[in-house]
Amino acid sequence: MSTPTKTGPTRTKPADAPHGVVAPIIGQARQVSFWAEQAAPIGLVGLVIVFSILSPTFLTLGNIRAMLVAAAILIVLSVAQSFVITTGGIDLSISATMTVGAVGFGLAWQAGLGFVLSGLVAVASALVIGLINGLLIARGKVTDFIATLGTLSVATGLALIFSDGKPITVNSSELLTLTSGSIGIFGYPIILAVIIGALAWFVMFRTRFGLHVQAAGGSEESAVANGVNAPRVRIAVYLISAGLAGVAALLLVARVGAAEPAINTAFLLNCIAAVVLGGVSLTGGKARIVGPIIGALLLTALTNGLTLLGVSQFYQPLAVGLVVVLAALLTRFQKK
Amino acid sequence: MTQTSRNEDEMTTQTDFQPGSAPASEILLEATDIKKSFGGVHALKGASITMRRGEITALVGDNGAGKSTLVRCLSGIHRPDSGTIRLDGDVVHFSTPNEARKHGMETVQQNLALVEELAVWQNFFLGRELVHGPFRTLDRKNMKRKAADMLADLAVNAPPVASKVRRLSGGQRQAVAIARAAGWGSKIVIMDEPTAALGVQETAKVEQTIETLRDSGVSVLLISHNFDQVMRLANHVWVMRAGLAVAERRTAESSGDELVALITGAKAH
Repeated sequence: MSTPTKTGPTRTKPADAPHGVVAPIIGQARQVSFWAEQAAPIGLVGLVIVFSILSPTFLTLGNIRAMLVAAAILIVLSVAQSFVITTGGIDLSISATMTVGAVGFGLAWQAGLGFVLSGLVAVASALVIGLINGLLIARGKVTDFIATLGTLSVATGLALIFSDGKPITVNSSELLTLTSGSIGIFGYPIILAVIIGALAWFVMFRTRFGLHVQAAGGSEESAVANGVNAPRVRIAVYLISAGLAGVAALLLVARVGAAEPAINTAFLLNCIAAVVLGGVSLTGGKARIVGPIIGALLLTALTNGLTLLGVSQFYQPLAVGLVVVLAALLTRFQKK
Repeated sequence: MTQTSRNEDEMTTQTDFQPGSAPASEILLEATDIKKSFGGVHALKGASITMRRGEITALVGDNGAGKSTLVRCLSGIHRPDSGTIRLDGDVVHFSTPNEARKHGMETVQQNLALVEELAVWQNFFLGRELVHGPFRTLDRKNMKRKAADMLADLAVNAPPVASKVRRLSGGQRQAVAIARAAGWGSKIVIMDEPTAALGVQETAKVEQTIETLRDSGVSVLLISHNFDQVMRLANHVWVMRAGLAVAERRTAESSGDELVALITGAKAH
């Protein structure tokens, strides 16, 4: 009753009812497109099975809790990146923007602004980078890749300049609560990430704006012909991306206990990887929110599992890279 | 049903017809002396056409005769250098397609302006979504129902509204684009070569859709290179040559051969 693995084999014998549900799934499983569409959840289940066999601690409540907390930042960034990639763009500056937000928080905290105001400063300073991205891409017609590569460097530089290259220690009781508080096994960071994910899903699939994001990514020409203001949509997705990077900055400062002007490249690559794993096409037009969240969980479980198994940290980028390349290959077989 | 109403049309036109002198109330659109140049190229040199209410008016002419430019002036994509456009007797100026749309002039563009990754109903309402509730959420149920109704009314090959446009055939896409253009209380739907890329069966279905549209009271301006199609569908035809509308005919009193002669200039007007 408690574990799904036990119910599986016992059920197959007497059941008539589940047969009707299982048969179509088995039928679908014969097609490559099924595996391509469901790459992230299948990969996640596969990893969980493998790691729980190899490591007894992997599926303990403590480790699950730690994994979920560790996944929170990546989930927020992946959701943010998902909006940009749905329009056919890419935000390479997302992790540098998060760093700017973190340094903004640190400086505001140091100046004695308190938690709430410092949090607002973090989001606002991140939004500045997002606005620059949006204007460069939508109004300046600079390619997404180049524009955000530029702001990646600019944002990293600004973070270093403003912080003088040193981490700013933050002893905030609110941040301590944010990072250590929990409801059951769900820490506040993962709860925040899931709420953001739910809001993002709602905006993407239940509002006019979300439809316009998908339309602008699917065919900008057709979207514009139907009265969609594509430049405004583009500016908006970069603002969303940056704003969420600002929120992720709070989680990062809370976790580290300091605002560091670090580059955080791993977050950039992993959030793009999570979005690709989640089934979002890099050419745009195909929106997913749950997929990238599962993708982020998968990448976190992969890193966590390898660490538990005592595999050297040097192998982690290799493993993440392999998973992403595999996922990208699989997406070729997705249903059109 | 469609057949009888066509015959009625032809009968009335045969009895009432006097070239160029239709009663004012019958004239829905009147474009007078439209000129448009691109640099040194005079694409339109003072073209004048009229469209009658509830009819299919065809625009024929050789490549470069100015058909597309004229249509683009009417639908607000180009601004004419001079000339007037009267809609229902009132002078109108369109500087964007949206303004033309507000006056009830919809254009089915040659590329159809559909987003392949979106569902039929999403394409149907793109840019004019219905929303409800305090958070102005998309009224999906209502949009799906309305899109399905409008498609079913108009097209024999109506695709399911939930399917992605990517999965539709060329004829189905055309039907979606036409139904969308017709679906906003439009008075005039302009179509540029709607069947150019379609096979025989699909062409027949799209033609049927255009006839149904006309029978529902919408006036259609049809650009076509296919004389058989013009003779089959249109009530009235304008011939363009070298930036001018040189002749008009009731299709019931003309022939494909005459149209060819008018287009090439073998017959002046």
